[in-house]
Amino acid sequence: MNLVGMVHLLAALLLCPLLLGVINRTKAFFAGRSGQPLLQLYFDLHKLLQKGTVYSTTASWVVKAGPMVGLACAATALMLVPFAGMAALLGFQGDLLLFAYLLGLMRFFTVIAALDTGSSFEGMGASREVTFSMLAEPALLLGLAAMARFVSAGASTAALSLSGIYGPLSTHMLVSLGGPAMLLVAAALGIVFLAENSRIPVDDPNTHLELTMIHEVMVLDHGGVDLAFIQYGAALKLWLLGSLLVGIVLPVRSGLAVLDLAAGIGGMFILAVLVGVIESTMARLRLLRVPQLLVAATVLSVLAMILVTR
Amino acid sequence: MNIWADAVIILVVLVNLKVLGSSRLVACIRIVAFQGIILGMLPLLANAGGLTLRMLPAAAASTILKGVVFPWLLIRAVRESGARREVEPIVGYTTSLLAGIAMIGAALWMGHRLPPQALAGRSLVLPAAFFTVMVGLFMIVSRRQAIMQVLGYLVMENGIYTFGMAMSESQPLMVELGILLDVFMAVFVMGITIYHINREFDHIDTDQMSALKD
Repeated sequence: MNLVGMVHLLAALLLCPLLLGVINRTKAFFAGRSGQPLLQLYFDLHKLLQKGTVYSTTASWVVKAGPMVGLACAATALMLVPFAGMAALLGFQGDLLLFAYLLGLMRFFTVIAALDTGSSFEGMGASREVTFSMLAEPALLLGLAAMARFVSAGASTAALSLSGIYGPLSTHMLVSLGGPAMLLVAAALGIVFLAENSRIPVDDPNTHLELTMIHEVMVLDHGGVDLAFIQYGAALKLWLLGSLLVGIVLPVRSGLAVLDLAAGIGGMFILAVLVGVIESTMARLRLLRVPQLLVAATVLSVLAMILVTR
Repeated sequence: MNIWADAVIILVVLVNLKVLGSSRLVACIRIVAFQGIILGMLPLLANAGGLTLRMLPAAAASTILKGVVFPWLLIRAVRESGARREVEPIVGYTTSLLAGIAMIGAALWMGHRLPPQALAGRSLVLPAAFFTVMVGLFMIVSRRQAIMQVLGYLVMENGIYTFGMAMSESQPLMVELGILLDVFMAVFVMGITIYHINREFDHIDTDQMSALKD
């Protein structure tokens, strides 16, 4: 049994709502407010879990299944993600495709659940969500492929699983074998991270009932336990993509598992503060501009791919 | 090629992509100036052992011209013409970025077709140079604003400069200074032309000038 993988799983399950708390506190600091408590999402989840749910009479089983499937996908994907150099609980050659498409399945069910409620407003959000994620997916997959290629060349083994990619990665390897390519991948994954988690500059998580919002609009008709599942799933997704990003930028390999784990978790919270800073200092892009940003992320990934394959 | 030269080449490519995808004139001018500056630094970084005294004047002249004088001239032209951004390019920005990917592919293909001794350890510089030249040409044909076209010309010159650096360790100083002088004159003349177009027509949209008749 992979003990460290278990520890990471537990840490992610327990700490992911705290990431959103840190983001919100950072934003509050920039706005000069005292802000909500760091543990606000935990309170929200606790409250929501005690409530019942109301379903529209026009809705079918899809609305009920959506949040459950979403949370299950996020939790399964979590088992594939290596953290701080330790192998994940599950891992096989090519599991990065499974990872990408577990997130895809999660999105698919959120989208059809939104469509199933019959609200045209949610349909709009669903259409935007699939448009943007369609553009974000090549950036994610090509970025991971470039990393796989890079690590395979560096460690002279075929690395096609997430654990195989992130395991041998180290600061020394980045500096000696060409950091620039990995910086490009990190930038591309950073854009994907912001886009997939519906953060500024792609989507503003704070603006309810505004015509340009994406993720929040799709979950308007969910309540109670379902909403708790959705919010917790979103927090898990933030942790998932964030840990991919932190894994590249901060590959600390001290040799001590505890130290590495602490550095990884520290990196996650630094990332959360960075997201808060980005959200406080940038405006959301116009909707027409978002595809351009995502295409730019794809271009960065392609460039990294070219650099590592030459 | 050391890691610094690699980083410079990647920055040059990223600047090209940024120029392809951006509509703000002043931002484009600044970023092309940045490209000129880092390209001026490239001979100092790439030739690890051979930092010679005779490379310094050319590098300094190119850095000052491309990093300070050209942007100053162009930003003045922007201020006087009152144009802030390229509103309706002939090819849109997202399409331009995708065309950029295609151009990277074409540049790599061309780089591989060259005889191997020309590459000798700088496999990345030549494709980057081709790519920069292509981006410059692409901007000249796909943008309507005169300032954007001048920028395309500058980007193309940067590409030729990179190409020259890749092909020969050190060009003769006179040749390099001669090219710089030519470019300086060209930008100077274009600046005056933009000023005159602007005074005559109240805009610098060159596309409408092709409809003129005498």
